[in-house]
Amino acid sequence: MEIPGTELLKSKIFTEKIVKSINRIIKDLNTPIKIMHVCGTHEHTISKYGLRSLLPKELEVLSGPGCPVCVCPAADIDKAIELGKRDDTIITTFGDMIRVPATNISLAELKAKGGDIRIVYSPHDAIKIAKENPEKEVIFFAIGFETTVPLIGYEIQSKPPSNFSVICAHKLIPAALELLISQSQLKIDGFISPGHVSTIIGLKPFKLFSDAYRVPNVIAGFEPNDVLVAILMLLKQKKEKRYETLNEYSRVVKPEGNKKAQEIISNVFESISSPWRGIGRILDGGLKIKKEYAEYDTDKKFDIDIEKSQDIPPGCSCHLVMIGKLYPYECKLFRKECTPINPIGPCMVSMEGTCSIYFKYYKEEYPK
Amino acid sequence: MCLAIPGKIVEINDNWALVDFDGIKQNVIIALIQNPEVGKYVIVHAGYAIEQMDEKDALEAIEQWKELAQDQDLNLEDIL
Repeated sequence: MEIPGTELLKSKIFTEKIVKSINRIIKDLNTPIKIMHVCGTHEHTISKYGLRSLLPKELEVLSGPGCPVCVCPAADIDKAIELGKRDDTIITTFGDMIRVPATNISLAELKAKGGDIRIVYSPHDAIKIAKENPEKEVIFFAIGFETTVPLIGYEIQSKPPSNFSVICAHKLIPAALELLISQSQLKIDGFISPGHVSTIIGLKPFKLFSDAYRVPNVIAGFEPNDVLVAILMLLKQKKEKRYETLNEYSRVVKPEGNKKAQEIISNVFESISSPWRGIGRILDGGLKIKKEYAEYDTDKKFDIDIEKSQDIPPGCSCHLVMIGKLYPYECKLFRKECTPINPIGPCMVSMEGTCSIYFKYYKEEYPK
Repeated sequence: MCLAIPGKIVEINDNWALVDFDGIKQNVIIALIQNPEVGKYVIVHAGYAIEQMDEKDALEAIEQWKELAQDQDLNLEDIL
């Protein structure tokens, strides 16, 4: 189902009009411009609709660390795997997660060896599994950005069964933007921010960021013309030397965000310095479960000992792809040893991983 | 992962609603949104409505663009 009027967001005539405007501003600016998005769904729209081929060569649109499965540290997957080896556990998680390679094996490989690993569509399905299997410990391996956090928060505060617990591997987007912009060699001229993360947290966290670092930001929806309009809104700010956070996705995102979801998040979780796979530790980059809800915190419930983990296998460039320093096709494993059937690094697994998207949509000619 | 799709609320039962996604109806949790109402659109992520909007607001947000897209003489960069 589409919200009435959404067809305009796919209209070619409108696309042409936006692209013309983009071309005019780029000509005026007369300098190379780098824009980065931080959302796998945005990369999907950009690649699927071939938007890069419509843009002038002076304008580069980079893919940032917007795939929650990709940024989840191998140590967290190793933890889920260790727990999944026990006879009394059922590990539940989103489908994207189970094929991600960790230090030695993936959850899918453990499943093939007999581990009880189950894909769920919704966190509530994991609660159902816990109720149906009271003799087992049901662990939900929780990944995702702010869009997903309140779902798990809601279930935790709704008093789930005592055999249910959560590996909290959630990550927070604004902190990652801060890290990216502080990498001075990247020189990002503007950010396209994810519409559904903003649906929850609103504009304020992004405003703080665009104010502090004087980098324009536009919150965007997911239709092709949403992304193009967001690019135009960024370029216009650049031209006028404005550094604001603007909302292109106003049909869904309220400036204040979803207050009820925000309350749930702050009730159940607290922000912590957190490792992102291949990127390193980010201040306020993740969440942990507050001590009031420790009974549902897998880390508190089980004593798990993980040996040294390995985020990036030898030869893999996911750590550089995730921060826009390298295009997937510049990695020597891409399309050779590393394919969606046999992924070496995390970005080749998820439908939102940059390498997986490039593998699917760019067959012969790669964008600049 | 942050994929979320719109649907229309058909029926409400406490913290759950039956939501119509283009003819396919599914139960979703509506505990994360304020004052859910039958007939309103919700954006649904992994089985939970994360925002609600009414048709009027959604149309208004798009209507302004419609004008921009249709006016041949208008340069978008002068308006946005």
